Amino acid sequence: MADQVQLKVPKAGYRLFNSKTWAVFSEGVWHNNPIFGMMLGLCSTLAVTNLMSNALVMSVSVTVVLVANSAIISALRNHIPDRVRMIVYMLIVSTLVITVDMMLRICLPDISKALGPYVALIITNCIIMGRAEAFAVNNTVPVSIADSLGVGAGYTFSLMIMAFFRESLGFGTIFGLKVLPEAMSPIQLFAIPPGAFFALGVFILVVNTLKQRQAKEDDA
Amino acid sequence: MRFLLILFASILTSNIALTYFLGMCPFVTISRNIGVAAGMGIAVTCVMTITATANWLIDHYLLIPMGLEFLQFLVFIVTIATIVQLLELVMDRYTPTLHQAFGIFLPLITVNCAILGISLFMVLRTFSFWQTVVYSFGSGIGWMLAIVTMGALRRRLVFADPLANFGAAGITAILAGFMALAFIGFSGMASL
Repeated sequence: MADQVQLKVPKAGYRLFNSKTWAVFSEGVWHNNPIFGMMLGLCSTLAVTNLMSNALVMSVSVTVVLVANSAIISALRNHIPDRVRMIVYMLIVSTLVITVDMMLRICLPDISKALGPYVALIITNCIIMGRAEAFAVNNTVPVSIADSLGVGAGYTFSLMIMAFFRESLGFGTIFGLKVLPEAMSPIQLFAIPPGAFFALGVFILVVNTLKQRQAKEDDA
Repeated sequence: MRFLLILFASILTSNIALTYFLGMCPFVTISRNIGVAAGMGIAVTCVMTITATANWLIDHYLLIPMGLEFLQFLVFIVTIATIVQLLELVMDRYTPTLHQAFGIFLPLITVNCAILGISLFMVLRTFSFWQTVVYSFGSGIGWMLAIVTMGALRRRLVFADPLANFGAAGITAILAGFMALAFIGFSGMASL
């Protein structure tokens, strides 16, 4: 994780895709992807990917907290004393998470109950602290927001793919709609905790293989 | 619920690492070395028992009487951070050798989701004081059991030859999956 942004900015394309902000965003989705790039925030990833609706709500909550947290810390980066910065970060994250948790309890009570303590555990999610320490303290507010949006999108992407396979194989449904034929019984292994570990392992294997292939093409 | 049942369930059937996926970051990164894994396990067990007990007292004698339950997350995490800092100071002053051995783990523990997770589960399951003590201690032991076993399994990996593309994290996840399957075998005996 670099302290300052030094990225290759693509030459061709629209102006949006040429900007530094876009480069920071796309870096977050693929190379700095929290799940398969940095191996952060695995607890929630494994716990909520049993159903796609849970995974979606969790991803949105994490992204909202991440973006708000990075923006606040980046804006205050010259005012937070270095010695107490960890406790200040924690207070900011806790406040944001309490807000999100209350919103979920009111708007989506069923999913909030299904997610249980994992919404509150966003406080100790390493992704949030990691992006604050590695990026937001050294960069301006707009670039920090772009970085957090990128990392949040990368998190959402990973969770949705894992949830897609776990829900369709483990329950035979997608967002609660039946997709597998009646004759085929769901593979319950994917619905229970061990299935989460297997899904994550295979997901990492596939991504690493894709990355290797990409690197070979770049060399050729 | 009887205490022995809670102890047994929190160590084996409702293992926080393998059933609730708590404390996964150190589980993947620290399990490479079995000695370090055991040290982290002991540190987590101590901190978990102390913080969950303290959080139960704060919750029941301060937050609930004053109707401040919505501040639970904030108060819990501040309590955990404070207790970890205090432990570090006390250990440094009175047991320097112990501090040298376990000191490096303490700052990491503040952001360990297992520690906060136990305090949250204790609220969700409405445990009494002694149930909380037994549950948090048992969960710490369970986490230690899981990470030490993983350390031993990963030592065996030196002689095995898994697909290189799995990487350290991928193969750890697969191993954890098999361990979780084995632990599910206990689930008929007790559950929380």
